[in-house]
Amino acid sequence: MENRLYKRDIISIADFDRKDLELVLETAAQLKNSPRPDLLKGKVIASCFFEASTRTRLSFETAVQRLGGSLIGFSDAGNTSAKKGETLADSVNIISSYTDAFVMRHPQEGAARLASEFSSVPVINGGDGSNQHPTQTLLDLFSIRECQGKLDGLKVAFVGDLKYGRTVHSLTQALCHFGAEFTFIAPKALTMPDYILEELDAKGIKYSFSDSIEETTPQVDIIYMTRVQKERFDETEYKHIASKYILDVDSLKNAKDNLKVLHPLPRVDEIAVEVDKTPYAYYFQQAENGVYARQALLALVLNEVL
Amino acid sequence: MRNKLQVEAIRQGTVIDHIPAGQGIKILDRLQLLDSDASITVGFNLPSKDQGHKDIIKVTDRKFTEQEANQLALFAPSATINVIDNYEVVDKFKMALPDSLLGAFACPNSNCITHNEPVDTHFSLRAHQGDVRLKCKYCEKSFSKDIVSGL
Repeated sequence: MENRLYKRDIISIADFDRKDLELVLETAAQLKNSPRPDLLKGKVIASCFFEASTRTRLSFETAVQRLGGSLIGFSDAGNTSAKKGETLADSVNIISSYTDAFVMRHPQEGAARLASEFSSVPVINGGDGSNQHPTQTLLDLFSIRECQGKLDGLKVAFVGDLKYGRTVHSLTQALCHFGAEFTFIAPKALTMPDYILEELDAKGIKYSFSDSIEETTPQVDIIYMTRVQKERFDETEYKHIASKYILDVDSLKNAKDNLKVLHPLPRVDEIAVEVDKTPYAYYFQQAENGVYARQALLALVLNEVL
Repeated sequence: MRNKLQVEAIRQGTVIDHIPAGQGIKILDRLQLLDSDASITVGFNLPSKDQGHKDIIKVTDRKFTEQEANQLALFAPSATINVIDNYEVVDKFKMALPDSLLGAFACPNSNCITHNEPVDTHFSLRAHQGDVRLKCKYCEKSFSKDIVSGL
């Protein structure tokens, strides 16, 4: 397969077409089945987390080490020149001159796109504010393909905070390439933003809204749960809302056999612990798949031929 | 009887004509024309054969930059720009909505990286249900033109 991602910046899922997505997923599957500790041999990767994110950082760092690469970087910006007032542009300019690829997370939206304009090596976005988290979307897609055996024509329900959840926005956009159909289940205050719905309309993608997880489970292949953040509501309102958006074993009683539940994690109480033991739970495998998806990206960006 | 010009002709400069009535004041403000040294003649709510009413702005001894013309297209896509030399129209062009705008507006998203870094803002434009939507290249958020321009 032609490597269309060689030397490319990985900034936004909107930059990926169907072929790009398939290339990453295919490569991730190969690396999961047959580890390749040689693909980053002799390469130095910067892992620069201007904002803390333990899982994403450890997942990236594991991916680099499993491919035989070395790491430099930091896990929060507290002890860096950013604290002294250095611009991100200058930091990226300098750090990229030491390394072969630049993995970054930053609290401000657009930071990764900006970094790519000042970096001499490919930039991989590990999350920029509430904007994009493309590697999360790739691991979500990889997990969906793995548990369903396909990506085309799936019915997917998104539950919880659909307004602020960047993982939901990006996954919706990515699944449009595969003719998915969506159901959105969210409190009114946290419903899917208009600009995403406009995009779906423009692409002719079918979607609907529902109030009930239980009524939706018999019709869908994937339930993608997200956390409703307490701080967005007063306490009484939160209690009322949270009870409606909790997935428990009862709400799965009429589910299709192939249904799988995903969650970007961390969960708080939106998935009852008892669901973990059901065959529907797939969120822990999903988190593990993050390493394979990130290995695939790093390998593709840094090797013309694998 | 000869028609008398309601807004005095200029010898040299730029005339922005066929501005939708009510938009002229916004253009003066947006392009910061009143802060410049140029002498400006304006007409608001003038009768217009095609539009019913229109605004007109005449700026003496000044040609508009491409950036200014692009901003103008956002507020008054039906306007025309006439370049005047010795009282004659030597060049005339209609506004067209550009594909993108560089450095014209700050991003309304206060957490967009462009507020802290040495880069120009960059918006791609698309028409949507009678409005113009501007999408920030960096934070990828879309805004109505009125939000971006602060008007």
